[in-house]
Amino acid sequence: MNQPTTIERSRTAEEFLKGIWKENPVFVAVLGMCPTLAVTNTAINSLAMGLATTFVLVFSSLLVSSLRNAIPKQVRITTFIIIIATFVTVVDFMLAALVPQVHKELGAFIALIVVNCLILGRQEAFASKNNIKLALADALGMSLGFTFALLCIGVVREILGSGSLFNIPLFGSGFEPWVIMIMPPGGFFTLGFLLLFFNWLQKRRKARQESGRQSTQYEEAREFL
Amino acid sequence: MEEEKSQPVPATEPEASSFRLISTLGLAGFFSGIVLVGAFLYTKPIIEANRAMALQQAIFKVLPGCTSFRTLELQDGQLVMLEEGAPEPKEGEEVRRIYVGYGPKDKLIGFAISGEEPGYQDLIIALFGYNPEEKVVIGFEVLESKETPGLGDKIMKDPGFRANFGSLAAEPSVTVVKKGEKKKDNEIEAITGATISSKAVGRLLEKSLVEWRPLIEEHWQEFKKVEEE
Repeated sequence: MNQPTTIERSRTAEEFLKGIWKENPVFVAVLGMCPTLAVTNTAINSLAMGLATTFVLVFSSLLVSSLRNAIPKQVRITTFIIIIATFVTVVDFMLAALVPQVHKELGAFIALIVVNCLILGRQEAFASKNNIKLALADALGMSLGFTFALLCIGVVREILGSGSLFNIPLFGSGFEPWVIMIMPPGGFFTLGFLLLFFNWLQKRRKARQESGRQSTQYEEAREFL
Repeated sequence: MEEEKSQPVPATEPEASSFRLISTLGLAGFFSGIVLVGAFLYTKPIIEANRAMALQQAIFKVLPGCTSFRTLELQDGQLVMLEEGAPEPKEGEEVRRIYVGYGPKDKLIGFAISGEEPGYQDLIIALFGYNPEEKVVIGFEVLESKETPGLGDKIMKDPGFRANFGSLAAEPSVTVVKKGEKKKDNEIEAITGATISSKAVGRLLEKSLVEWRPLIEEHWQEFKKVEEE
């Protein structure tokens, strides 16, 4: 306990890891539903949206965290939005220049990253209250979790709805794609089933912890007697 | 909330002055503006080059066998051939252009014409090739569309639908019929489940053909580079 560096390191690791699984922005916090449902009809679109969000979240968190003492709290939300919107517009231009095909598919949803509550939420709840290192860990973890979640949905929807993965056909010509999976209802179905699965996992883990605690209590009681 | 443990905000934070609030927002806006202008200036030429490249590829696709093309601009009711490397039209400038494609040995292959028509979701913008000698459409390529993925967007990919445009007669007029009911050369077989998008494509072709054919028909011989024996 007298080694603060290890504690600090484990805190950073913890902030990084929580976004990927324990506090996953999509499967646990159910944030950012607009891009989650709208652009996950192919794996490539999901990945592109995840990476664009990652860029915006990481750089916004870095900037907000480093300026956290300079921004008066009365105008903090406005300032966060200016920072986020700037990075989003930069991403928009960059995608149009570098990957025009993907930019065309994502369309307005790139600009809509500005209003993704995951990003503003992390600034308000975390980056504005923590040092740069922790803010970076948190932003990276959250964006990785978001990208992972989008990819999960995108992979399922593309395989079932188009019979391909990353545009590579998986099945022969005999496969009749479930068109509904790449249409809006498919997004809801897939997200619903994945949420069900993740909630089931969590419930099972909780139940196991509970029974573990009960058994130790039982042991303690026996020893006491 | 777990995060709230870290670095508690000082309880007695002094009230920030109005000047400080205004200057914070002013500075944020100022730097944001600089970054945005920088990003815009850096990406603009790349984006424009991408667009020109996409158009060029589409022209080669809709005019099979085409190896080079020239741009024709409509000026005072006349088709004028632009110099090679002529500047792109400025934004907001209303210019009407078509493209004439040449194959090996400068043989005229046809004209690439773009058109737009509202589809199921939004405007469909497409380019198609027209051979004035045989009066047929010889190729079709969607440039922009937001048609429903899996249904309407088949107008871009469906091989059966694309086969309509190998040699689609422009006379008497382009019409859309149900799948399996194509009898004449001027009919397009619609995609099952995407009738609205298919019909939009038909209207797009017909509208542009009606508009451009008289001009092309009248002048196309002038754009021949070599006389065919």
